[in-house]
Amino acid sequence: MTYSVRSATVRFGHTVALDDVTVEVPAGSVVAVVGGDGAGKSTLLRALAGEVSLDRGTVEAPPRQHLGYLPASSGSWAALTVTQNIDFVAGIYGLAGDELAARRAELLDRASLTHAAGRLAARLSGGMRRKLGFVMAIVHRPDLLILDEPTTGIDPVSRIDLWRLVSEAAASGAAVLMSTTYLDEAERAAHLVVLDRGRVLVQGSYDQVRAGFAGVVTQASRPARAEWSWRRGRVLHEYWPGAAPSGPPAGTTAVAPDLEDIVIALSLARRNAVRS
Amino acid sequence: MTGVLLRAGHVTRRFGAFTAVDDVSMQVQPGEVVGLLGANGAGKTTLIRMLLGLIAVTSGRVDLLGGPPDRERRRRLGYVPQGLGLYGDLTVRENLSFSARAYGIAEPALPAGLSGYAGVLVRALPLGAQRQLAFLTALAHSPEVLVLDEPTSGVDALARAALWDTIRAQATRGAGVLVTTHYMQEAQQCDRLLLMSDGRLVAQGSEADIIGSTTAVAVRTADWARAFAVLNAAGAPVMLAGRAIRVANADPAGLAEVLGAAGIEASVQPVPATIEERMLLLARRTEAD
Repeated sequence: MTYSVRSATVRFGHTVALDDVTVEVPAGSVVAVVGGDGAGKSTLLRALAGEVSLDRGTVEAPPRQHLGYLPASSGSWAALTVTQNIDFVAGIYGLAGDELAARRAELLDRASLTHAAGRLAARLSGGMRRKLGFVMAIVHRPDLLILDEPTTGIDPVSRIDLWRLVSEAAASGAAVLMSTTYLDEAERAAHLVVLDRGRVLVQGSYDQVRAGFAGVVTQASRPARAEWSWRRGRVLHEYWPGAAPSGPPAGTTAVAPDLEDIVIALSLARRNAVRS
Repeated sequence: MTGVLLRAGHVTRRFGAFTAVDDVSMQVQPGEVVGLLGANGAGKTTLIRMLLGLIAVTSGRVDLLGGPPDRERRRRLGYVPQGLGLYGDLTVRENLSFSARAYGIAEPALPAGLSGYAGVLVRALPLGAQRQLAFLTALAHSPEVLVLDEPTSGVDALARAALWDTIRAQATRGAGVLVTTHYMQEAQQCDRLLLMSDGRLVAQGSEADIIGSTTAVAVRTADWARAFAVLNAAGAPVMLAGRAIRVANADPAGLAEVLGAAGIEASVQPVPATIEERMLLLARRTEAD
């Protein structure tokens, strides 16, 4: 089974949030959406979740009871305990009794939350709260799991817990669509979609995206063209869209671009093209 | 500018029976960017709130610009909290006017990115524009100390690079900067690092000082998710870096054996450890306690 959003356009007033976007999410794999503020990540996820309606295009998603959605905001109730949060959501899906108890115990264990089962959600750390949100989104074993920035603001150790949960969900057959601002995470997905201002800049597997990237990225302490450069750690990187892959411009050092470089370079190319 | 801008001396903060910050001593000098690292709940934000005089210390002593963090000294400070600290029910212009009055400065001009939003309520702004406004508000009075609590959380790669240019520029003009982050690439841009765990300061110095004696092994295989599940089930302290699996303080031969037994072909090689691995080992020790 493959779920999808096809040729989707969504407008909010005069703003075009999604512009002719097509994304497929096959069962058993993780599709990652990356992009900045206003790129359209949340709108794309909400479109697939049935939370916004399209101006044009089509959505193919399972019925609500087979869909799990973790919104960008926490998605749990602060005044309920961890257990109460899970039970409340599970109840909506008709899960009860021994079946619920077993499922709850299994998920708490996998999310390393067992010791916090009786704690109010308000008293959880950010990482724990995000894991609780994930558990609530997946408690009914959805066919399609939609996660809006599940790892943003989460420490590196909790991020690994969340990735374990995400990859286990995909391994057990769910189609997973998630957004993230951490580009090293997106590399892990079977398929990644780079959005910029409502449009797909590029999509494919990490290897495909890398192979399709044209031009050269160089490294310098001082860039030649400020509008084509960005900071990477203590050095600056610069993009030469026209340069042949065989050699960067004289006097510069080429680097092997990672996904972060590629996404920034493509975003700059679009901005600079729009400007000129 | 000379001397220490921010100083904590044996600072402890308790909330009831819970010790959020436990005997922490640290300082920030002019012109340096100090990175404060630690898991969620390690005590970073509580330490910051004490340094700024927003909450009282249970014991120990805090100095901001050479004395207690009172109102006069706080005027010489710029602070961007995790929640950005803006007034959602005021417009962009009203937020700026309010903070300019509070700091006794002329109202700053709106940069290009915000010029179209002057009359817009802050809660209706895109998050990126809100963040830009929070930085403008915190920097308009040229603070001697700048404190940033996860300034780039949820920010895209390009905007994050630009924010770090701003942070570096503040240090270059002489401000001392204290910044928390979960991005290890950003930690590498700091002049000095502090690592907190369970309320205590457990390491400080350069990246190498933080990593200490931690070692790591990288496992590369076609199916990362399966290898990850196998090593995780075997109880190994696993991390992910892109699609490579990393294991802290592990014996490469032992890992190869576990993977081999599961029928997974993989290359297993020692690699330089990272700050994340040190953090993972600290977290596992906490869970074991």
